[in-house]
Amino acid sequence: MIAEKSNTAQLIIDKISSTAEKVDFIDNDRLSKALLYLENKGIPNNKHEDYKYCNIDGIFKKEFKNIEQKLNVVSDVAQYKLKDALTLVVVNGNYSESLSDKLILKGLHLTAFSNLDKEEKKLIGSLANVESDAFIALNTAFSGAGFHLKIEDNEQLQMPIHILYVSSANSEALVNPRNVIELGKNAEATIIEEQICIGTGKVFTNFLSEKFVGENAKLTSYTFQNEGANGFSVNTNQVTINRYGKYDNTTVTLSGSLVRNNHNVVLAAQNCEAHLNGLFTTKNNQLVDNHTLMDHQMPNCESNELYKGIINDKSTGVFNGKIYVRKDAQKTNAYQSSKNILLSDDATINTKPQLEIYADDVKCSHGTSTGKIDEVAVFYLNARGIGRESAKKLLLNAFAQEVINKIEVDELKDKILNLFENEL
Amino acid sequence: MITIKNLHASIGDKEILKGINLEIKAGEIHAIMGPNGSGKSTLASVLAGREDYEVTQGEVIFNGKNLLDLAAEDRAREGLFLAFQYPVEIPGVSNINFLKTALNEIRAYHGQEEMPAKDFLALVKEKQKLVELDGKLTNRSVNEGFSGGEKKRNEIFQMAMLNPKLAVLDETDSGLDIDALRIVATGVNALKSKDNAFVVITHYQRLLDYIVPDFVHILYNGKIVRSGGKELALELEAKGYDEIKKQFESLEK
Ligand SMILES: Nc1ncnc2c1ncn2[C@@H]1O[C@H](COP(=O)(O)OP(=O)(O)OP(=O)(O)O)[C@@H](O)[C@H]1O
Ligand SMILES: [Mg+2]
Repeated sequence: MIAEKSNTAQLIIDKISSTAEKVDFIDNDRLSKALLYLENKGIPNNKHEDYKYCNIDGIFKKEFKNIEQKLNVVSDVAQYKLKDALTLVVVNGNYSESLSDKLILKGLHLTAFSNLDKEEKKLIGSLANVESDAFIALNTAFSGAGFHLKIEDNEQLQMPIHILYVSSANSEALVNPRNVIELGKNAEATIIEEQICIGTGKVFTNFLSEKFVGENAKLTSYTFQNEGANGFSVNTNQVTINRYGKYDNTTVTLSGSLVRNNHNVVLAAQNCEAHLNGLFTTKNNQLVDNHTLMDHQMPNCESNELYKGIINDKSTGVFNGKIYVRKDAQKTNAYQSSKNILLSDDATINTKPQLEIYADDVKCSHGTSTGKIDEVAVFYLNARGIGRESAKKLLLNAFAQEVINKIEVDELKDKILNLFENEL
Repeated sequence: MITIKNLHASIGDKEILKGINLEIKAGEIHAIMGPNGSGKSTLASVLAGREDYEVTQGEVIFNGKNLLDLAAEDRAREGLFLAFQYPVEIPGVSNINFLKTALNEIRAYHGQEEMPAKDFLALVKEKQKLVELDGKLTNRSVNEGFSGGEKKRNEIFQMAMLNPKLAVLDETDSGLDIDALRIVATGVNALKSKDNAFVVITHYQRLLDYIVPDFVHILYNGKIVRSGGKELALELEAKGYDEIKKQFESLEK
């Protein structure tokens, strides 16, 4: 039987083409490849192996029948700013210079995509292959006015950069934020990417970031997703690490009707290191799907993943962690762990480690555990006068701590901790 | 303080408590002894409100309230404390945060405000000293990686912090070395007053040398088969349970 091809992609293209700005920073050849890929492959549904538990075609059909792109102007983001960070604001996919802080940090350069010179523009799309995934293609075809952030060689940023992605519309809408982040040789930076959705309309955010970690550079990255019921998003991080480079990401997802994260890390040279940590809480009918890829291409690299989920009501959590050890990648150390707590009988978690190992001298391991809240511990707490709700909070907090403690920016950590406790 | 009348409890189809009657007044210390598997911990758990057990008959009046109608946390808030035979490890929850939450929820139940942080820390210091608990332990996760003896001492520390009306100590003496035993006993004796009461579940006379009971009860096969004064414990120590078992078996016939 041949599955009938869905026309969702074509409908999206038709609906947003009329309002979309021309993408002048990606060459025509790549733009047409993107469109062609989209038209041919369509938006993935659950028959697509990588989107088995995440039928995005279905979500578009159900939730985004009337994309009208009534995007809002956002004029005040003061309440979201962190005190000790430099804030950059992206509204509905477009960088807003007026809402962003002045770029006073030494060693930091920000250039809007349109202002890049011809050579530099080639960076856009050099990591994320338009012909590998429908959402990379979709973002490429309708990419928002993003920016290239560069941290110069040998520079250590004195302050974290907080990139705030605000989606806001009064109708169903689709936005495509995009950026390129590049750390030069020996550079160090902490980058916080926060996603919120504040309008009355449902917004589908199709985010794409390409991150280059230079030789002996260190990028500490935090992704904080709290889009609420109107937020639907697919977020692709395509990361490449160079010799002796280090990439750490901690992704915390507290809300959002649909959150699909594609976190792809290429350990492209010797002696590099990558850590991915995740914490997600889901409730109602939410779906949070974390797909990670650790692509070990060269020897002597290390990767480590820890994902924790707290799944409530009828919601669904997914963790799919692929570790790819290529034949040259001897002496690879790769670890992966996924731990989950189901808070309701209707909650679902799907975890799948996928190890593909083509080298012989490697250490790889993975572990996954799923359980309910520990009733013996709850009783012990009850027996000390602690009520059921607080007991649950204490235990879930304890469960989450392993991930939350990875956050080294205190202000962000406190903010997340507070919001996390409110979510429970 | 507490009146237990004809208490029956089962787990699944198995009846474990088969009609317990016990009356404890303020100011008293009661010891409960009895062979392994006789139902001592079950009685303690049922009183504390563990839901695995089903109470099939009987009633328990605790300070004028029907204890069995209360949720476990409300029993604790009313002043019941169980020192667990097997204290539970709770990784990630610090002892101090745990106690602060417990203390403040109990206070809230009685319409009191949260205890100021300064007072709380002073109380922790005072009670730590009483049970000679290493200050480092209070900052660690609840019971996580504690030795057997440390766990038991932590139970007594929690009891001292929460200052209950009725404390049930389930084999708090097992696994304790001689010094720890003395410390635990000192703690209990220091907390003892005319307004509170203790139930001490134990297998050994040696704890009762330090914590002198007013009454000793023998629980056997889900029932209290004998009660007496402190000399009953000495008698048991000398003779064991044989006589009681025989009596019981002939009764069954
Ligand atoms: N969850 C359970 N499922 C089945 N049987 C149980 C359960 N809990 C207790 N029992 C049984 O109930 C009986 C009484 O157990 P309990 O723990 O109350 O004994 P105890 O008097 O405290 O013994 P010990 O001196 O060894 O601590 C035992 O036969 C035990 O196996
Ligand atoms: Mg017992």
